Amino acid sequence: MRADGGGQVAAAAAAQSTMTTTLTHLQRLEAESIYILREVVAECERPVMLYSIGKDSSVMLHLAKKAFHPAKPPFPLLHVDTTWKFRAMYEFRDRMARELGIELLVHVNPEGLAQGINPFTHGSQVHTDVMKTQGLKQALDKYGFDVAFGGARRDEEKSRAKERIFSFRSAQHRWDPKNQRPELWSLYNTRKHKGESIRVFPISNWTELDVWQYIHLENIPIVPLYFSARRPVVNRDGALIMVDDERMPLRPGERPEMRSVRFRTLGCYPLTGAVESEATALPQIIQEMLLTKSSERQGRVIDHDAAASMEKKKQEGYF
Amino acid sequence: MAHASELIESDINAYLKSHEHKSLLRFITCGSVDDGKSTLIGRLLYESKMIFEDQLSALEADSKKVGTRGGELDFALLVDGLAAEREQGITIDVAYRFFSTDKRKFIVADTPGHEQYTRNMVTGASTADLAVILIDARRGVLTQTRRHSYIVSLLGIRRIVLAINKMDLVEYGQPRFAEIERDYRAFAALIGLTDITAIPLSAVYGDNIIERGANMPWYVGPTLMGHLEAVPVEDQSQTLPFRMPVQWVNRPNLDFRGFAGRIASGRVQAGDRLKVVPSGRESRVARIVTADGDLPYAIAGQCVTITLTDEVDVSRGDVLVDMQALPQTADQFEATLIGLGETAIFPGRSYLMKLATKVVTATVNPLKYRVDVNTLERLAAERLELNDIGVVELELDQPIAFEEYAKSRELGGFILIDRITNNTVAAGMLHFALRRSQNVHWQFLDVNKASRAQLNRQRPCVVWLTGYSGAGKSTIANLIEKRLFSLGRRTYLLDGDNVRHGLNRDLGFTEQDRVENIRRVAEVARLMVDAGLIVLVSFISPFRAERRAARALLGEGEFFEVFVDTSLAAAEARDVKGLYKKARAGALKNFTGIDSPYEPPEAPEIHIDTARLSAVEGADLIIETLARQGVLRVD
Repeated sequence: MRADGGGQVAAAAAAQSTMTTTLTHLQRLEAESIYILREVVAECERPVMLYSIGKDSSVMLHLAKKAFHPAKPPFPLLHVDTTWKFRAMYEFRDRMARELGIELLVHVNPEGLAQGINPFTHGSQVHTDVMKTQGLKQALDKYGFDVAFGGARRDEEKSRAKERIFSFRSAQHRWDPKNQRPELWSLYNTRKHKGESIRVFPISNWTELDVWQYIHLENIPIVPLYFSARRPVVNRDGALIMVDDERMPLRPGERPEMRSVRFRTLGCYPLTGAVESEATALPQIIQEMLLTKSSERQGRVIDHDAAASMEKKKQEGYF
Repeated sequence: MAHASELIESDINAYLKSHEHKSLLRFITCGSVDDGKSTLIGRLLYESKMIFEDQLSALEADSKKVGTRGGELDFALLVDGLAAEREQGITIDVAYRFFSTDKRKFIVADTPGHEQYTRNMVTGASTADLAVILIDARRGVLTQTRRHSYIVSLLGIRRIVLAINKMDLVEYGQPRFAEIERDYRAFAALIGLTDITAIPLSAVYGDNIIERGANMPWYVGPTLMGHLEAVPVEDQSQTLPFRMPVQWVNRPNLDFRGFAGRIASGRVQAGDRLKVVPSGRESRVARIVTADGDLPYAIAGQCVTITLTDEVDVSRGDVLVDMQALPQTADQFEATLIGLGETAIFPGRSYLMKLATKVVTATVNPLKYRVDVNTLERLAAERLELNDIGVVELELDQPIAFEEYAKSRELGGFILIDRITNNTVAAGMLHFALRRSQNVHWQFLDVNKASRAQLNRQRPCVVWLTGYSGAGKSTIANLIEKRLFSLGRRTYLLDGDNVRHGLNRDLGFTEQDRVENIRRVAEVARLMVDAGLIVLVSFISPFRAERRAARALLGEGEFFEVFVDTSLAAAEARDVKGLYKKARAGALKNFTGIDSPYEPPEAPEIHIDTARLSAVEGADLIIETLARQGVLRVD
């Protein structure tokens, strides 16, 4: 779980003597992502990197360190907090920011907070809209960021598969999927009018397997929740929900039980289903992922809400 | 994702190792609407076990609700990810899908068939190594087949799979297959596509996708997947000379100044001599810096940060190149454009042009022709509309380093951006630099004729005095130079006699030598004009053809022919140097006016009749003319 001594990808290339004339698939992906990160910094005024603490964010942070070395990444991190993340995620977030010395901005939608919006009484749709989508738009406007990096991948979901790497947003943060800018070669058009912004997805072309393999090869630190441990869970509507703190109201007959579980994706704990697993190391996690018969987003309640729900959320300004 | 599951279960580390070194093929599927592109990709994903159970159950539900296959699995719904696409049952934008087999990884871009979404197809094609062009076996080669094939060839994709789909609807008949293949090859040859593999398919039933099936025993070629797994992927960027467009200057502190970029072609190692273009400065590679430590060398495709041994001026948009193999630089090109914007491209309008990491201003001038993609006919056009393809000449506001697109997508591909809407309005592929821009030298381009002229506050030009020996050319030239000198202008006088003592010492007075004499003088005068000087040439220069050749070496308004018009009798009467006397005595051969002809100018800029004007008056007339023509002042 430590970050130092990494650089396996590049080190492997160097070690392959002077005969090397090709790059591995991961080296290509890494180079593409670094190119995108640099392109934004070179052409845009006020970029920010959205940091959601998950494995994709960890990869993004690692890539940002590499892209600008020996300088520090010339942009802050922004965490749009719903206040419902796992405790282990908050600990991890604060440790990473401290160790890397990068400015971390945390934004919570103050109105949502005042209204006590939560996933239990308001449901996942309202909770996500108010705390994530509206919160994100507030934060981008408050700090005047013109570009926000996100860790979305095209293999995650059908509407993501359609999205450009540089995804243009109107001054109202809206995405128009029917009128996307042409994006040829690696020539990104970053021009925009005042108030408009761009969401940039440097790891668009990575798959879930690529992400895990890269984390493995580069020794990238990730939140311990990805590894199996005995954790208190309840079985609710077919999902294993972890009872992470005392805010979670138990339904009649529900009793937390200790089971060996881990998480394939991380979000708000009441909305994130665990999988039963004994995998405590990365190769085992990758093994399980390759042998599984369900996709990684299955554990997310958000995608099941409505058909084409992601596209709709994205149009409204969600990532 | 259950392929290779035995190895995954038995030895995950061995599996990961093999997976890491798989090659990657990027391809597109294209063709007309309803040829079955999305169905084909859905089938590829399904058959290569890339669809998870939760996605499959969603697909089953979707197929019942909006599917076009009467409740059976509609694979197109796996790919058409936008609500509008699912509603209308069409593909609007390119979708990127990822799958892998035991042999290879794939990124497939499923591109729309509708003509109005051609620009999205172009987006998908720009990064592909191979194109799968689908044809509906019932309908054969259509307009959109031709359009897509043409775009594919323009974007430099050489390998084509001609997937003749829906064979189930033509009774799996071989003659129909052969007929379509023949039609297609005839068209493809016209646009330079020759590497074509034709495969008969049924995407709906899976024939020849992964398994051969029993329906087409007459077909003996590879299955689609078999071909995609085996087709070679070459990376020609590794064999080309080193080029790295500078993306960002990394300056974390005063002790470090590195140039970050992705190597577009070739390789580089510490100690290599590099040149910065277009400025022309030279230096050596000090270090190749990465977060994983310095590299001894780096190859095309890698992102690195290079530091140089000298403090040279390098900024974003410059290109670091191999000293031994320099790229061309120019500011005028011929290029192919594909219209991508809602507003048309007009000649004479200026656009932002982004090529690699450089952004310059470009004007289309002229629009040479538009291509009818059906007939490949060249049509006259006043503008390029959305989805039009045309050939244009481009004028840039500054020179850039470039490669022909056929050689390098990185340094030959560009986009045009509208300055007002900020939209990407065209994709372009550079062909070559125009000849008229070749006088822009790539050494220290920032200092050129125009900037030197600016510095000298004058417009450089040649004042070419011609006339008989003894007409008074040198006297007048001398007077002009003194006048200009006193005005603070920078001048040089090339005098016939003086030049014959040095540069042209080897030349005599035969007609051939006289021609060479003038050619050399004209070339020297041209260099001096380039250096920003007002050049006075005082030569008999008796032949019209040579004076015309000298004029042709210079630009519009840079050549002033002055006819110092004296009758032969008057010149001979003066005979200051005693040459006429010698010639008359036969001691000088080929003397102009005696035994060699003089061809007077037909339309000189200035005519000085020495019978009416003195030398001083003649000089005044010349100075006046130069002043009137703006030679002595630069705004």
